[in-house]
Amino acid sequence: MSFHLDAIGVVHPNGHRALNSVTLAARDGERIAVIGPSGAGKTTLLRVLGAALRPTEGSVEVLGEKPWHLPAGALKKLRARIGTVHQSPPIAPRLRVVTAVLAGRLGQWSTLRALGSLFHPSDIAGAHEALARLGMEDRLFDRCDRLSGGQLQRVGIARVLYQRPALLLADEPVSALDPTLSDAAAGRLVEQSEATGSTLVASLHAVDLALRWFPRIVGMRNGQVVFDLPAAHVTAAMLDALYASEGGIAAQHPPPGAAMEPAFQRPDCP
Amino acid sequence: MLALSEFRPWALFDGGNLAVIGGFLAGFFPPDGSPAFMALLFKATLETLAMATAGTALALLIGAPLGFVTTRALSISRIGPGPGRVQAGVVRQAARWLLMVLRAIPEIVWALLFVRALGLGPASGVLALAITYGGMLGKVYAEILESTDTRPARALLEGGSGRFAALCYGLLPNTAQELASYTVYRWECAVRASVVMGFVGAGGLGQLMDQSMKMLNGGEASSILLVFLALVLLADLLSNALRRLLA
Repeated sequence: MSFHLDAIGVVHPNGHRALNSVTLAARDGERIAVIGPSGAGKTTLLRVLGAALRPTEGSVEVLGEKPWHLPAGALKKLRARIGTVHQSPPIAPRLRVVTAVLAGRLGQWSTLRALGSLFHPSDIAGAHEALARLGMEDRLFDRCDRLSGGQLQRVGIARVLYQRPALLLADEPVSALDPTLSDAAAGRLVEQSEATGSTLVASLHAVDLALRWFPRIVGMRNGQVVFDLPAAHVTAAMLDALYASEGGIAAQHPPPGAAMEPAFQRPDCP
Repeated sequence: MLALSEFRPWALFDGGNLAVIGGFLAGFFPPDGSPAFMALLFKATLETLAMATAGTALALLIGAPLGFVTTRALSISRIGPGPGRVQAGVVRQAARWLLMVLRAIPEIVWALLFVRALGLGPASGVLALAITYGGMLGKVYAEILESTDTRPARALLEGGSGRFAALCYGLLPNTAQELASYTVYRWECAVRASVVMGFVGAGGLGQLMDQSMKMLNGGEASSILLVFLALVLLADLLSNALRRLLA
């Protein structure tokens, strides 16, 4: 069992209820896409999974541990095994790309090694390899404030690829990329999950991408799980209901054919 | 209110007072350049610089760790919120109180105290500066770290990194310039403060100034003021060089 959420509820300090009785579990190595309109609670769900947000109600179990029952040291170790791709990559602009990628393993490194790596990057080959998977290896020694939004987002993904976490969380990981790059980047995340056996949970706005790369789809709306199905069982009607009353539905929506038979588009999945 | 503060500006234009001030100010030009005084001035300048530099360095040793402890930007227990939140809050508050106590008492008071204990000389000035400026540096460091974008550091902490690593990778890249220029500015303030402390016997340019003023020697006073100007200029150059280096 990779994670198990039981009747999770999250009420933010301002009184807004972000999650309402969410129950969700995943086996090791599963790949799950979370879809749903803006404000559905996708980010909050990922933050709960990442042991970054303590839910108001319910119990959390991640990678065999109950994070909020752990002492501080063990919680830190658990967090080092979880990797998160953030929607807007939280990377200090003056950092060099190589350092920003290597920062993925800060949770595993000693403070001394972290400090040394700031001046002499300790694993240039590792950072190069992670960036090469996203076509960014030529920017290795550039500063992050010289990158475009899409390039920075790929650096954020490379950081998590380099981290090699046991649970890989991605919050809108490709929101700043064009369709071709989005597809490639989503593919890299899936590859990583397949290669390392890590569980992958990604929230995605692009439904076609979710259906193409992820075997399991979780639809969320108003802080609740509306459906939790294999990709092949997700119908256009379900998606209509999920995104109903959201303005940009037509643009987001895949053609009905793609929604009905999503799996066959995936080249590496028989 | 004016009577209470003995504010009587017309006393300035009283005939006798005017003559005294006029004579003193007239003595400002030319500045005193005699070799004997220059030697004295040089030694006093070195003393002041040493006092300010040693005081600021010690202040850095006090302020940097306390600022690191105090800043909320690096709190692990606030994530979640997680375990140990109460303890961490107590430690942070205690450090904050300590910083407050350190900087609440003006350096001149500490200097007076240490002059009594250690005797006349720059050593008491150094200690006085270290204590008060340590409190100021710690407070401002903590606030500079909080006022920048704290998401990079927070993301690293959420990924299991330690506080110090999160500081180096998440906060320092964006704040090093500001931290350095504030530290150099504090050094500049320390130069000025060490002058004031010289008046109470802590040595350096202040003591020299005190003697020149008491003897109403305008030429010496203006030479000393020119040195102040040069020192502030030096601080400015240093600050700019550091900012360029960290850019």
